[in-house]
Amino acid sequence: MINWPNFVSQLFNGLALGALLALISSGLTIIYGTLGVLNLAHGAMFMIGGYAGYVAYTYTGSFILAVIAGSLFVMVLGVVMERVIIRHFYHRPHEDQLLVTFGLGICFVEIVRLIFSSQSQVVPPPATLQGITSLGFLFYPTYRLAVVGIVAVALGALFLVLYRTRLGMIVRAGIEDSVMVDSLGINVYRVFMIVFGIGAMAAGFAGIINAPVVSLTPGVGDDILVETFVVVVIGGVGSFPGAILGGLIAGEIISITSMFNPGYAYVMLFAAMTLVLVLRPHGLLGTQGRE
Amino acid sequence: MSTKEFRPGGGLNVSRRTLLQAGAGLIGGTVLPASVTAPALAADHPAIGTYPAGSSGSSVFIGISVPRTGTYAVQGEDELKGYELAIEHINSGHELIKKISPKTTKGVLGKELKYGVADSAAKPNEAVQAQQRFITENKAVMITGGTSSAVAVALNKLAQREKVIFVCGISGSNDTTGKDCVRYGFRQDFFGQTAAAAIAPVLIKQFGKNKKAAYLTPDYTYGHTVTKSMQDYLAQAGWTTSTNQVSPLGAPDYSSYLLNVANSGADVLINVNWGHDAVLSTQQAKQFGVLDKMKLVVPYQVPFIARETGGLMQGVYAATDYWWTIEDKYPLAKMFNDAFDKKYGYKPEWGAENAYVSFAHWARMVEEAGSFYPPDVIKTYEKGETLPSLVGDVHYRAEDHQCVRPVIIVRGKMEKDMKNKEDYYEVIEIVPGEGLMQKPDAFGCHLGDYT
Repeated sequence: MINWPNFVSQLFNGLALGALLALISSGLTIIYGTLGVLNLAHGAMFMIGGYAGYVAYTYTGSFILAVIAGSLFVMVLGVVMERVIIRHFYHRPHEDQLLVTFGLGICFVEIVRLIFSSQSQVVPPPATLQGITSLGFLFYPTYRLAVVGIVAVALGALFLVLYRTRLGMIVRAGIEDSVMVDSLGINVYRVFMIVFGIGAMAAGFAGIINAPVVSLTPGVGDDILVETFVVVVIGGVGSFPGAILGGLIAGEIISITSMFNPGYAYVMLFAAMTLVLVLRPHGLLGTQGRE
Repeated sequence: MSTKEFRPGGGLNVSRRTLLQAGAGLIGGTVLPASVTAPALAADHPAIGTYPAGSSGSSVFIGISVPRTGTYAVQGEDELKGYELAIEHINSGHELIKKISPKTTKGVLGKELKYGVADSAAKPNEAVQAQQRFITENKAVMITGGTSSAVAVALNKLAQREKVIFVCGISGSNDTTGKDCVRYGFRQDFFGQTAAAAIAPVLIKQFGKNKKAAYLTPDYTYGHTVTKSMQDYLAQAGWTTSTNQVSPLGAPDYSSYLLNVANSGADVLINVNWGHDAVLSTQQAKQFGVLDKMKLVVPYQVPFIARETGGLMQGVYAATDYWWTIEDKYPLAKMFNDAFDKKYGYKPEWGAENAYVSFAHWARMVEEAGSFYPPDVIKTYEKGETLPSLVGDVHYRAEDHQCVRPVIIVRGKMEKDMKNKEDYYEVIEIVPGEGLMQKPDAFGCHLGDYT
C-alpha cells in the first residue's frame, strides 16, 4: 500500500538507517583513508561493540555506561589489533590485508558465539526513549528518532577532531602524503595507531547504539559490513563527508525500495553503486587520484 | 598412483581374457531381461545406495547437517542436542528408546551409531555438499537435516538420487512431504497446512469473523506455503489479507515491512517468520507500535521465541509440535524432558523433540525390518503401524511418508502466571492429527522408486 504517510515514514526510516550506516562507514573510511587498510573485521567490531555494551548493561543496568563501555572496549581492541597485527601489513599487498582482517573478523564472531551462544541478546533503550513518538505527520519509535540525533552528534564530534584539531590535521595530511608527514618529524605510526582506534571506536559505538534496534547476535555485523562497503564506495573511498552522504543515500535507497518491493532493496543499492562507479569512478566525494 | 596398472607404453594393463569377459558381461547386461541378470548379481538384497557397504562393519554412520550459524542457529543447536541424546540412548539401550523401539538393545541391529555433524547455515547447497560427503566418504546409512524447509527439500532430492534414507529435521513447508516428497524421505513434524488447520478455528473463536490480517512471510518454500494455508483457512470465516510482506531469509531489519504493516489497517499480525527472523521482527513490531494496534499470532511457533523476545509472546497464540508441560499428560514426554534437562540444563523445545523422535522411529523401523537394506526399511515405515512418540501414538502415512501426529496450540503466559522461568506457555488444546490433515495427494506428492 503506497500512500503519503507511508512514504514519509519510509523516508524517515531511510534517514535513521542512513545515519547509522554513515557512522559505521566513517570509521571504515578513516582507517582506509589514513592507513590504506581495508578493514574487513569492521563488521565484527560493530558486533563486539554491541556485546561489550550488553555485558556492561547486564552489570550496571545503565544504557549510558553500556555505550561508553562498548565504545572504549572496541577502541582498545582496535589499538591492540593495530599494534599486534595490522602494522605488519601496511606495506604488504592489499590482498594480504583483506585476508588477515577477514580472518580476524571470523575469529571474533566465533569467540563471541562461544561465549554468548547464538541466542539473541537484548539491550533495551533507556526508559525515557522507549515507546512511540507522534511527529504530527507520523508515529515513529522514539529510540530510532534519538539514534538520528545521537549519530549526528557523534559525527559532529568526529568532524571536529578531524578538521579542527592538530591530530586531525596530521591525519588528513597523512591521507595525502604519509611520507611527507613522517619526514616532518611526526611519528606517523603512533598517529596510525590512534586513527585505527578511533575508526574502530566508531564501529563499536554504532554497535551498542544499534543494539536496542536490532537485537544482538554474533552475525549482526556480517550484513552491515557489506552495506558499509557499498556506502564507502558510493561516497568515495577515504572521504569522511562522502561516508555521510553515501550512508544517507544508501539508507534512503534501501528504505524507499522496500516500500515497493523489499526483495529488491539490495538490487537497487548495488545498481546505484554501479551507476556511481560508472559516472564517478572515485565516488561522489572521493579524491581523484588516490591509489 | 601405482604404476603397476600401466604398461610402459601407457594404457591400462588389461589382459585380453579380462577384456573379453567384461565385454561379454556388458552385452549380456544390455540384452538379457532383468529377471535373468538380477539373481546373478546378488540374492534378494542387491547393493543400493550405501548398502551393504555402510552396514557391513560393527558400526553405522549417520550424517547430520544442522544450521549452527545464521538466523536458524539457535534452533539448530536444540535440534542437534535432540539427535545426540537419541544416539546416546540408542547406543546404550536406554529405557525411553525401548518404549519407542522395543527391539533395540544396544545400537541398531547391534551396530553402534556413529555420526558426523556439518553446519548447513540453513543453506541448501551447503547441506547437500556436506551430506554428499557423508554418503560418499562415510557410507552414511541415514542422513538428516532441516530447520530450513529449503534444506529439507534439497536433501529429499539428494536422498532419492543416492538411495539413502533421509529422516527430515525441522521443516514446516507443505512441499516437504507434498510436491517435493520422495520415497526415501520421512517427516515427523507437521505441514504448515496442519498448523493452519489447527490454529485457525482457535483464532476465529478468539478474534471473531471478517477480520483483516497482515502477514510477515519469509521468502522461501516454508513461508509461502504456511501463509497460503493460513489465508485459505481464515478465508472460510471471512478473514481477508490486508498486506503480505515478504522478506528475505535472515533480513537484518524489518522496519520497512513493519511500516507497511502499520499502515495496512489490519486487526491481526500473522508472523510466519521463523528463527531469529521471528524474534527480530516481533521485537521491531513492538518498537513500531504495531503490537499496540493489532494482535500478534505466530502460526508455526519458533522454539525459544518467548525467551528471546522478553515477554512479547504473552497472550500470543501459536501452534507448535511440542511444549514441555504436556509431560503431565504423556509419560514418555516426561522421561524425555528429564533426560534432556539432566544432560543439557534446560527444557527441550520442539527441535529437540522432533530430532529425538525421528531417530527413535528410524531405529525401530530398521530393527523391525531386520536389515539396513533401504527398501525394506521404507516398507516397514509404509506399514503405517501405530507408534509411540512423545506426544502420544502416531503413524506414518504410506502415501506421502508424513507422520500423522497432534498439533499443540499454546498461548503465551503472563509473567505473573509463570510457575518457573521456563513456563512460558499454557497449552490451550492438543488437536489430534487425524482430522487436520488433507489427503496425501492434495499437495501433489508422487513418491519415487524404491530402487
